Amino acid sequence: MNDSILEISHLGKSFGDNVVLRDIDFSVRTGDVTSIIGASGSGKSTLLRCTNLLETPSSGQILYHGRDISSKGFSIPAYRAKVGMVFQSFNLFANLSVLENCMIGQRKVLHRDRVTAEKTAKEYLDKVGMAPYINAKPHQISGGQKQRVAIARALAMEPEALLFDEPTSALDPQMVGEVLDVIKTLVSEGLTMIVVTHEMAFARDVSNRIVFMKDGIIWEEGGPDQIFGNPEKQETKEFLSRFFDR
Amino acid sequence: MNKLVQLGSDVAKLWAGNYGAYLNGMWKTISLAVICTLVGCLIGFLCGILQTIPCAKTDNIVKRFFIGLLRVVIRIYVEVFRGTPMILQAVFIFYGLPYFSDNALRFNSVWIAAFTVVSINTGAYMAESVRGGILSIDPGQTEGAKAIGMTHFQTMLYVILPQALRNIMPQIGNNFIINLKDTAVMFIIGFTEFFAVHKAVVGRTFMYFPSATIEMAGYLLMTLVSSFLLRWWERKMDGSDSFDLATKDTLAHTSGMVRFNRGRKNRAEARLIKNGELAEARRKAGVSDIMNLGLDQNERGR
Repeated sequence: MNDSILEISHLGKSFGDNVVLRDIDFSVRTGDVTSIIGASGSGKSTLLRCTNLLETPSSGQILYHGRDISSKGFSIPAYRAKVGMVFQSFNLFANLSVLENCMIGQRKVLHRDRVTAEKTAKEYLDKVGMAPYINAKPHQISGGQKQRVAIARALAMEPEALLFDEPTSALDPQMVGEVLDVIKTLVSEGLTMIVVTHEMAFARDVSNRIVFMKDGIIWEEGGPDQIFGNPEKQETKEFLSRFFDR
Repeated sequence: MNKLVQLGSDVAKLWAGNYGAYLNGMWKTISLAVICTLVGCLIGFLCGILQTIPCAKTDNIVKRFFIGLLRVVIRIYVEVFRGTPMILQAVFIFYGLPYFSDNALRFNSVWIAAFTVVSINTGAYMAESVRGGILSIDPGQTEGAKAIGMTHFQTMLYVILPQALRNIMPQIGNNFIINLKDTAVMFIIGFTEFFAVHKAVVGRTFMYFPSATIEMAGYLLMTLVSSFLLRWWERKMDGSDSFDLATKDTLAHTSGMVRFNRGRKNRAEARLIKNGELAEARRKAGVSDIMNLGLDQNERGR
């Protein structure tokens, strides 16, 4: 598998005595859209955060294009610039305007000049439909708008893969729609992404791979047709029945 | 009442004879307070950045040792300089250095000595204020910055500290006002700030209370003006409550978003409005009221 961006093997994470992830094996190939589903507390977000090293894994290995990211001389900031992240709580920089939010990483991390950074930022803000709001501060726009800006901020870094950590969980139904539409556009453009989500219909429709997690373990993984149509494990069935038998 | 009149005339007499000395003292007090508060802030921010360098158990032993050492050094600095009177710190630095080094190390100027002592002292307080300011920022901001690949230093400089600065502005103001008053203790090393002038004038004229009255009024004036300026600065930092939509959609402009096309023409118009000549100019040019909306020539009438 030469085209795999990330290969995670035997990943474990515990907070004190509390074991959150056990022996996770997982890989991401270019163009993959992977949705991670499961109940709250099953370790989905922790897995995503470990992937980006926002949490330090307790054990296991993460290979990025075959290189161990914990090896000496591996630049973690450069890695993070290549594997972007979108958060549940947006985390837009409160002291910067919408445009500056999308420019600061390009300027300081990628060392692009002001003109290029501004052009790129505006391009991606336009893509997520936030171009008119470039002068606004984050506290002046709605949740859905914030999340779209956050997506533009991540895209402006031109990452290889994007991690979405419950991007719509803090939003009302209408805003969920507008954010999911943006993500769907990105999928259609072939962006590699991992999405932790509770939006089952969205996961079923856009992803080519579904990972079901429970108690810190990957319980079952497969294509959307298999997981949603014909899950093998009893646990997967139970979890999904709560969503689809309502 | 007679006493007040008496005091008034004494104060007037004293002021007329020594206003140069008093004003000079106020000038020195203000410069000392302004410069030392600024330098103290820099020290505080530096300590804030250094204190928050992340350190995981998985990092190598040398890195962990140095980060640990750095934290201990900063801690000692803060505790010692916050925990001892500034007047004694001045004595220790100004007289202690030559004493211990047989005059090899000493301050040639009381200015430099005073600036050093007050800056370091303010820095110790500011280090704690900045730490509080950093703690007050949502950890999500740090994560957001890390996630786009910023280093600790970049995260602090571009994201956390600007927000922390806004949050600790009231405390910086506090420190500045305390500095205005507490620099009075620098008379101990012979720095002739506002309070030292009082001692000098009293030594010559024996008019103790009238001089103290001038001092009181002088300090109060300085602190009141500072409070006012600090509030104004804070309001300025908060910026505008509204923002302009950057759009070519002409309908947006009719909803009050009129400042988008800030071209040369609009600035010229703004000047005209200021001078009350716009209506006149409009009539001459035969321009309709839609100019009001600040639209481009080619957008009009679309």
